[in-house]
Amino acid sequence: MPAAISVHPSRGQQVWRRFKSRVMAAVMLTCALAVMAPLFLVLYNLVHEGATSLDWHFFTQLPKPTGEVGGGMANAIVGTLVLLAMAAVIGVPFGVMGGVYLAEYGSDRVNDWLRFAADVLNGIPSIVWGMVVWALLVVPLKTFSAYAGGVALGLMMIPLVMRTTEEVLVLVPQGYREAALALGIARWRTIVVIVVRTALKGIITGILVALARVAGETAPLLFTALGNNFWARSLAAPVSALPLQIYAYALSPYDDWHRQAWAGALVLMALILLTNILVRFLSRERRFA
Amino acid sequence: MTEATRSLPADPPAAAPLTARSAPASRPAGDMEVAFDIQGFSLWYGALQALFDVTIQIPAQQVTAIIGPSGCGKSTFLRALNRMHELTPGTRIAGTLRLFGDDLYSSAIDPTQVRRRVGMVFQKSNPFPTMSIAENVLAGLRLNGVRDRGFLRERLEAALRMAALWDEVKDVLGRPGVSLSGGQQQRLCIARALAVEPETLLMDEPCSALDPIATAKIEELIRDLRTRYTVVIVTHNMQQAARLSDRTAFFYLGKLVEYDETRTIFMKPANPQTEAYVSGRFG
Amino acid sequence: MRRFFDAELETFRSQLIRMGETAIEQVRAAMKALMEASPSLADQIIAADDQIDQLEVMIDDEAIRYMNLRAPIASDLRLVIVGMKASHDLERVGDEATSIAKRAIRLSAEPPLKPYIDLPRMATIALEMLRDALDCFLVDDEAKAIAVCKRDAEVDAINRQLYRELTSFMVEKPETISRAIELMFISKSLERIADHATNIAEEMIYLSKGKDVRHTEELKKAGKLPA
Repeated sequence: MPAAISVHPSRGQQVWRRFKSRVMAAVMLTCALAVMAPLFLVLYNLVHEGATSLDWHFFTQLPKPTGEVGGGMANAIVGTLVLLAMAAVIGVPFGVMGGVYLAEYGSDRVNDWLRFAADVLNGIPSIVWGMVVWALLVVPLKTFSAYAGGVALGLMMIPLVMRTTEEVLVLVPQGYREAALALGIARWRTIVVIVVRTALKGIITGILVALARVAGETAPLLFTALGNNFWARSLAAPVSALPLQIYAYALSPYDDWHRQAWAGALVLMALILLTNILVRFLSRERRFA
Repeated sequence: MTEATRSLPADPPAAAPLTARSAPASRPAGDMEVAFDIQGFSLWYGALQALFDVTIQIPAQQVTAIIGPSGCGKSTFLRALNRMHELTPGTRIAGTLRLFGDDLYSSAIDPTQVRRRVGMVFQKSNPFPTMSIAENVLAGLRLNGVRDRGFLRERLEAALRMAALWDEVKDVLGRPGVSLSGGQQQRLCIARALAVEPETLLMDEPCSALDPIATAKIEELIRDLRTRYTVVIVTHNMQQAARLSDRTAFFYLGKLVEYDETRTIFMKPANPQTEAYVSGRFG
Repeated sequence: MRRFFDAELETFRSQLIRMGETAIEQVRAAMKALMEASPSLADQIIAADDQIDQLEVMIDDEAIRYMNLRAPIASDLRLVIVGMKASHDLERVGDEATSIAKRAIRLSAEPPLKPYIDLPRMATIALEMLRDALDCFLVDDEAKAIAVCKRDAEVDAINRQLYRELTSFMVEKPETISRAIELMFISKSLERIADHATNIAEEMIYLSKGKDVRHTEELKKAGKLPA
């Protein structure tokens, strides 16, 4: 008599399967923790090294001359904010409108090439951006400037914002567009008032994520904003930024500056963390009363 | 026509509605005027022909039902009536399609103008999620430049009353449009379509996503609407077509197979395919 | 595409056909009972009327159920409605046959008044009419159905003639009155059976063409043959 094939596992098999299941779960938990470990490492180190240096002086004072103890990174913090503002001025309009074009207009072929281009641009090393803007803005104008820094960061933002905008717009159900058009509303108006407005939270989220990303970029600023130990004379002059200042301080031989570099890194990290929390807050599910 | 509507926003409430013709209510009830006069109309999606030489006259101020199995072209035909098929790239048409004598596909007419005269309600109700009930109803007017608040308020109430929704929402007009129930949302969409005072109303299976009670309310609404509007409704529900419509058109594989008074189509259809379909023996 | 309810309609049709066959058989047997003066056969006929009554109830029941649950449209609806109406006509035919049988019993107690010629003639025509009308149910034949309607005039003519004949009998020989009256009633029954056959034929036309030909001019004129 042939051995019966049963689909029901025997007792022994059941025990073995449960054991395997638990082992795999444990392995994956370990991997998940391993992924999160660097984040905690970073946060711990930053807080440990930099928290003590965070005081009122840090936020209000300029860097002291080489060798002197004390001083702060006020100009770097302001500089970062200024650069981000300029990056936004460039990155947001072009990025959002580019995203709108990809989602609402254009032919399939053209759009495929545009997306490809955007993805390539997203992958370009940030130092290359810095060099390009250096060649375009710094050399002809014969000066490093905040403008150049802002432009570099803005250019980096464009493909990022474009892609996230497009993704969010595509998620807006076609039904809303059709309903608006069926009312005799012009196409551009439909896109602005109905589609974009419906996707607005997603678009803002995309912009904030892009801003958080470029906030920490150092390489492009090396050749464009250059850095400045004082308040910038004007936007057409070199300006300081947190990443630049951290870079400069970290390479220095002074302990005090090392301390301040940690603090600067902590501030930068806090800025990014706050942005991400804001993004989460905006994307939360809203319940109607 | 374009000039008249551009100057409209500045006019006081007594101004003519956005349509080129006089308000629907002024036409005497019961006259057999032709609303849509369609001759030899064909439509292609790229290389694929979806409608073959359709010739049909749809009478004004009556309900005309379009029935047929899936893929027969009934939705395509409906969307061709207000040029909504043009949202899909690569479509082209042949033949003529006139609304009260005006060629809707002539190069002189902007599709947007067509859609103000021919309103549409969709299968899945789609009130704009970022707008309140009032804003939804008035979207068609405000986004076309109408600013007069008194006028807008009047139209808001009129449209909601016509859609049999006023009593249910008059105290909560500021609530989001999406907070209403399914049947209410669909009536909101109908109110929104009616607010721009189109001459005709197209409905693409408006009740198929609704429960029987909501369906019944909307059917009553449609019966009331026909005194003022020409209604063309696509439905896959035989009984609904029989209940609501004065005339019925049966489409199959992109062709108009039979078009007659509803009573004939359901009692004694001339074409055996029609009989097979309405008796539920299709396939 | 054949649907599950098509089988139900098939059953409905065959019930109707069975009822028709039974009715025809009842009429034929009733006439035989009369011609052969056979009370025992007549008793069987009277008992068998029950079948026809039951069939009418069943058919009506099934028709109402079908209309409620299947919402028939167009020709399906016509079939159901015609079924109900025809079953009523056939039930009346059965009753007439029973009535003939009862009178046959009474007549069998006495010698026949005269050789029966006209009554069998009427019966033959009436039975042919019923047969033709029911045939139209199986195979659409508008011409045949209209022919049935027109033949009703023949039966009416024989009926009128028989009345005159029997009336003169009764005047001449009063002792024949009771038998003559029975025969007049039988003639009336056969005339009614022919009318029912006409009704069924009209219903068959309605079933196949959706055309209601009852009480129309053409058929009214056909019914008015010179006396």
